[in-house]
Amino acid sequence: MNSVLNELGYYFSFPFVQYALIVGVLIALCSALFGVILVLKRFSFLGDGLSHTAFGALAIATVLGVNNEIYVVLPITAVLAVFLLKKGQNTKVKGDAALAMMSVGALAIGYMILNIFPGSPNIAGDVCSTLFGATSILTLDKTDVLICAVFAGVVIALFMIFYNKIFAVTFDESFSEGTGINTDAYNIIIAVVTAVIIVVAMNLVGSLLISALIVFPALSAMRIYKSFLGTVICSAIVAVVSAMLGIVISILASTPVGPSIVVMNILFFVLFTITGRFIKV
Amino acid sequence: MQIECRDVSLGYDGRQITETLNFSVSEGDYLCIVGENGAGKSTLVKTLLGLTSPMGGKVIFDKSIKTKDIGYLPQQAELQRDFPATVWEIVLSGCLGSMGMRPWFSKKEKQLAEENLKKLSIFDLKNKSYRTLSGGQQQRVLLARALCAAKKVLLLDEPAAGLDPVATNEMYHLVMELNHHEGLTVVMVSHDINAAVRHAKHILHLGNGLTFYGETGDYVASDIGKAFLGIGKCRRCDNE
Repeated sequence: MNSVLNELGYYFSFPFVQYALIVGVLIALCSALFGVILVLKRFSFLGDGLSHTAFGALAIATVLGVNNEIYVVLPITAVLAVFLLKKGQNTKVKGDAALAMMSVGALAIGYMILNIFPGSPNIAGDVCSTLFGATSILTLDKTDVLICAVFAGVVIALFMIFYNKIFAVTFDESFSEGTGINTDAYNIIIAVVTAVIIVVAMNLVGSLLISALIVFPALSAMRIYKSFLGTVICSAIVAVVSAMLGIVISILASTPVGPSIVVMNILFFVLFTITGRFIKV
Repeated sequence: MQIECRDVSLGYDGRQITETLNFSVSEGDYLCIVGENGAGKSTLVKTLLGLTSPMGGKVIFDKSIKTKDIGYLPQQAELQRDFPATVWEIVLSGCLGSMGMRPWFSKKEKQLAEENLKKLSIFDLKNKSYRTLSGGQQQRVLLARALCAAKKVLLLDEPAAGLDPVATNEMYHLVMELNHHEGLTVVMVSHDINAAVRHAKHILHLGNGLTFYGETGDYVASDIGKAFLGIGKCRRCDNE
């Protein structure tokens, strides 16, 4: 035990490990907050669809040789998120199908483009790291951490300011609309923030795994908590703890970062499901 | 006169589904909107809430009323039934419409929510989870939420849908009391025609090609009313 702690202490003395932890925790926290809304709006799959599309957009950006890919990827993903959240509400089946179509389509086209116009000698490696998370989380510098912190701050602030309205819009859209709440505006906020989270989080866990960060903490929390506030707080805590444990394990056992975090989330889900059989708070 | 519909015609996708409607709702009124499925009842509710605009005509509100002052009880969606939320959280959310851009609740809203919980005798359910309540209790919670928004008018869309007979009667009784004692104007969509004529002061019947608006007594005596209540002559039986 002592040797493990010593080893941990040794790793934590490196700034890059500290940076990875900070960024990982912040991203997981943001995903969990908006994940609660997406799960309750029956939009669990949105994260998946959007991240695949983001992969396609990323491929295009790479081929175009754009310096900072985020300027291409973020707008495309955001527009799509707005489109899907708005349209999907009324035409449920069509929305589902549209999402499935778009997500696999983007994946295929993205991989095609990367192969036709190879930007680097190691395409398979590039693609694999985009899909399952890069080790780039371990190569962050101070500026990256600052940008991420600002992003997270804005997302969390938005969530807190609009908390009550977001609750109302998620729980009952027709009532909210009928009593004068601008539901369209809040849906757009939710969609855009989701897109931002996905694009930022892609670096951490990769585009195939990002929806795990969105759905797992919320679903775990819902096993035990009966209030909305409780669910939100619990899912935030689960997300943060999973992210920390996942990163630590990946460093100690040299496992890939993204999957390690997701596996921790799965373990929490199992634990909470069993606990929820006996205790509800 | 609180709400007046002048030559209003309803429809969607460019297709008109009602005749032109002319009716008005005055303070303390109890109007029931009845009619066949697809006759435009829900569209009319949305129009009164200002969510859709009529194809023709005008809905005129009295100066003292704004759309956000109307308490609204929508038809319950499947989605809400397993939502993690306490009764308190839901009822309080009814106050949001009148808060403008202010993000958090003040004492005033909490007081209002508490009053309405007591009014509907569900104060002891305050911290209970919504998803564990019975259908009748859930509907009471949504009614309490509507009351938080209702300054003068309460608009109910099939409030008894899916309730058992006892809970249904309780629901209608509650609404009647709110109308009598609180002086709330009630506009209710219902296909429970018997309950409608028992409680309502006015009836608006939307039918395919047949419309009726008037006092409940006149409605019961009218041909369309008799046919709908099942006390008129049945043409098929006469033929036998």
